[in-house]
Amino acid sequence: MNEFFRALSEHAFLQQALIAGLLASIGCGLIGPFVVVKRITFLAGGIAHSVLAGMGAALYYGHDPLTGALVAAVVAALLIGWVRLRWRTGEDTAIGALWAIGMAIGILYVSKTPGYATDLMSFLFGNILLVPARELWFMAALDGVLLVSVALFYRQFVAVAFDDEFARLRGIPVDLFYLLLLVLVAVTVVLMIQVVGLILVIALLTLPAAVAGQWTRTLASMMMLATALGVLLTSGGLAFSYAPDLPTGPTIILLAGALYLLSASSAGVLAKRRARRAVRGMSER
Amino acid sequence: MQAQQRPRQRAQQPAAIDAEHIGFAYEAVPILEDVSLRVEPGEFLGLVGPNAGGKSTLLKLILGVLTPQQGRVRVLGQSPKQARRRLGYVPQYPAFPRDFPIDVLSVVLMGRLGTGSGLGAVLGAGLGGWRKRDREIAQRTLIDVEAGDLASAPIGSLSGGQLQRVLLARALVGEPELLILDEPTANIDQRLEGEIFELLARLNAKLTIVVVSHDIGFISSYVSRVACLNRTLMCHQTASIDSELISSLYGEPVRVISHDHPHDHGEEPHGQAATAAGAGAGAGQHG
Repeated sequence: MNEFFRALSEHAFLQQALIAGLLASIGCGLIGPFVVVKRITFLAGGIAHSVLAGMGAALYYGHDPLTGALVAAVVAALLIGWVRLRWRTGEDTAIGALWAIGMAIGILYVSKTPGYATDLMSFLFGNILLVPARELWFMAALDGVLLVSVALFYRQFVAVAFDDEFARLRGIPVDLFYLLLLVLVAVTVVLMIQVVGLILVIALLTLPAAVAGQWTRTLASMMMLATALGVLLTSGGLAFSYAPDLPTGPTIILLAGALYLLSASSAGVLAKRRARRAVRGMSER
Repeated sequence: MQAQQRPRQRAQQPAAIDAEHIGFAYEAVPILEDVSLRVEPGEFLGLVGPNAGGKSTLLKLILGVLTPQQGRVRVLGQSPKQARRRLGYVPQYPAFPRDFPIDVLSVVLMGRLGTGSGLGAVLGAGLGGWRKRDREIAQRTLIDVEAGDLASAPIGSLSGGQLQRVLLARALVGEPELLILDEPTANIDQRLEGEIFELLARLNAKLTIVVVSHDIGFISSYVSRVACLNRTLMCHQTASIDSELISSLYGEPVRVISHDHPHDHGEEPHGQAATAAGAGAGAGQHG
């Protein structure tokens, strides 16, 4: 661990990696709670995987893969949203199809692109140590989009996530805000791809928020705790993986998984103890 | 829920609900046939009928969630969609997950959505968080439904009766002119059922109420008029209900237990309901 801190003060790439982790945590904290409470984890997974089509195409045609990822993510989000709003059912099939088709297109493009096969690996599993400064600015801009959207439309998003039927009766343009929420999920996915890769995105998006949900009682506090946990997990993963030279993305995800298991089991134990105490209190009275 | 809105002259106001010759079918299944219903401002209408008789469908037509294939619905003189923000709605089942991390006051505040003007009217609410005035109105409404102490409780911690009061507060906090309730007492015990209807009777001094129920005997002592729906609007009369009528509505003999409820209608303008409930004060038991 000491070795990590020494390296951190010396190497710009490590500092940039740390900043990338912080920037990804903001997205994970702002949007993760919505994904968890609205129960659209599978949908977010579909968006994440279909992003490979955009990255592969961008690589093949010589554009920036992250821009391709952003375009593909937004298109996927709007497609899935449209399927749901148009037909009301069959959403999960559509998500599954988009998930696999997106990856298939991406892999075809990547295989036809001359160059390094390592590109594919870093798309899939992330490479936080290779985030250039230019992309940090891109990530910061995406964070800006998320922050402004959630701050402006907090009430509408909460209403649509909580009870869309009632929100519709109150005159909220529910479909518009649902699609906007999915677009924000897409933006968050792109934000995190640099850090953990598109396959592991779903864990970083949902696990910190799920842990936060076990210990908080309002969506706003859930967002703040999820952001803090995101910071803790990305920095911790970076530190743990540095000395033994492990891939950072999977290390972050394993930490998140361990934290989730620990949190869920201790929340369960605490709830049981509270119930036992309540029953004892009744019999003593 | 501000008392300042005195009922204006009846004659100048459009009907609260004006449904004319409504026909509705899901796919090929006819649900409503030639249903006409006019509810005047200030009424307390009970809408009863057997399961699958079309009660919820009629509500959805009034709320503008469904559109009739035949006929026309006007609510407060507007199309149902335009009138939505002037309505308060209490659903039969809450459509939200009980484990959602949200407190009672925030749930009630959602009834304030759609009350703004300008950008707030287009987007359902303005930008940013709730205003102080909205919070005060929500807090006051919670006290009105006798749930003032629940404001900071998580929504998942409420009992059935408490949740029902909170849903009622959420419907009232938008200062509606028409309150629509779908089986508001289906999931709570009979003492609470009485309390909720007492509360509705008090609210009726200020607003028009339509309540759906399958419990025809119980509501007939509170409401000013009962409409019975079984695909068509079978009866539509003002006095309380007798067993013959109930049997004809449900198509078979029904065991009828008569019960009276003491209640205070305040400046209740509808004579029949007060007379029906006037006898047997003190016998508040139901069933």
